[in-house]
Amino acid sequence: MHNENVALTVNGRRHALDLDPRVTLLDALREHLGLTGTKKGCDQGQCGACTVIVNGQRINSCLTLAVMHADDEITTIEGLEEDGDLHPMQAAFVRHDGLQCGYCTPGQICSAVALLAEHKAGWPSHATADVASAPILTDVEIAERMSGNICRCSAYANIVSAIRDVAEGGRR
Amino acid sequence: MKSFRYERASSLASACASATEPTAKFIAGGTNLLDLMKLEIEAPTHLVDIGRLPLAEIEETAEGGLRIGARVTNSALAADMRVRRRYPLLSQAILSGASTQLRNKATTGGNLLQRTRCPYFYDTTKPCNKRMPGSGCAALQGLNRMNAVIGVSNDCIAAHGSDMAVAMAALDARVETVAADGATRTIAIDALYSPPGNTPHIETVLARGELIKSVVLPPPPPGRQLYRKVRDRASFAFALVAVAVIVAREDDRVRAARVAFGGISYKPWRSAEAEAALIGATVTRASFDAAGRAGLRNARGYGYNDFKIPLARRTLRATLADATGVI
Repeated sequence: MHNENVALTVNGRRHALDLDPRVTLLDALREHLGLTGTKKGCDQGQCGACTVIVNGQRINSCLTLAVMHADDEITTIEGLEEDGDLHPMQAAFVRHDGLQCGYCTPGQICSAVALLAEHKAGWPSHATADVASAPILTDVEIAERMSGNICRCSAYANIVSAIRDVAEGGRR
Repeated sequence: MKSFRYERASSLASACASATEPTAKFIAGGTNLLDLMKLEIEAPTHLVDIGRLPLAEIEETAEGGLRIGARVTNSALAADMRVRRRYPLLSQAILSGASTQLRNKATTGGNLLQRTRCPYFYDTTKPCNKRMPGSGCAALQGLNRMNAVIGVSNDCIAAHGSDMAVAMAALDARVETVAADGATRTIAIDALYSPPGNTPHIETVLARGELIKSVVLPPPPPGRQLYRKVRDRASFAFALVAVAVIVAREDDRVRAARVAFGGISYKPWRSAEAEAALIGATVTRASFDAAGRAGLRNARGYGYNDFKIPLARRTLRATLADATGVI
């Protein structure tokens, strides 16, 4: 068994890596690139702490191999800020107190940023009564769409408020 | 995780040829396979990544249906406007399963071939005929609340976890495959899965190196389509029982009906018995009850999952009532 050369593009920067093919995208980010904002929770796709955005879509970085992501555009929590300013979703989580211990927060925020893009693209969810309709982003819709991110401190109510605030074009 | 050799397939033919090795596996989304590899329940020595093959399109068929590429993600399929308008059952079923993060990676082919979530299949300290043939079934006398009640055997009572496949079974989907020698074939979704019998480790009729290329949906049948899933929490949980119905009424009679159950068998369980009981019956709760009794006649519980039999009957009744507007 031998290592694989893989070039990962993370937050706009290209990194050439020599990896054991067993390394997950999550471990590559944390252990090989030092991007420890992305968290390891359950390591089996159930908690969402490891959520990152790949080619515009949120995924669990623990359930995919780094070698499968050559040529992909990967965005982590470290890549959301713009010129030193918090991303509007980061600012909203602070404003709405959408966290307590903070461990799930990078995953929650990456997930929430992608959620708004999915909603903008017209994606329905399990909470959408008529799947052929353009869904309205109610609190029930937000909760359903965030069900892949678990918060052990149970900051759910404030997480929903933060997301709703940004969806409605809230302050920065 | 055990070591493996990684190969990114450059063509369908090379992918199938590579995967004829007995310990090779295809990987697409990987959401189920990598989970099992971490636990060393799956330990391929060669991983063939089909993630860059062109199989990610949804196209119209000449007969008026859709052909779904095996790599189309669950998210893309559920969000496709043709699916949402013509096969809402399929969108509903997909959206009731997993989380968005998982659906963004999970593929159509991989969803069909996902392994069971039976806790004893996952627990490597316990016997499991599916994981280790001949070792026994710990679920039979164990905590079998999530296990199957119909079509299974005394060697394995594992349930299939897919929601998508339940809708596809009701829609008479056909699976198109290609083998290592280039031969293609079409398999009715109901015939894709092998009953556990005394070989529960053999789950499908697919040969080594045979790859699912696409899934074809025939034109939508007449009638209202509705998927209902009953589970332990409101989101992101496997089904205790799920029901897919397609039902058309004419005045006070059922003109056409299709019924498939999820969470109760080794495969998405299409019920010819429930359908036969419905066709021509009056559109009443009593008829829907009778259909449920017919559909579950051969079911048996194993203790903790006894409740699934009445739950499946009642879920069918409620879903048919919703779909036909019966109060």
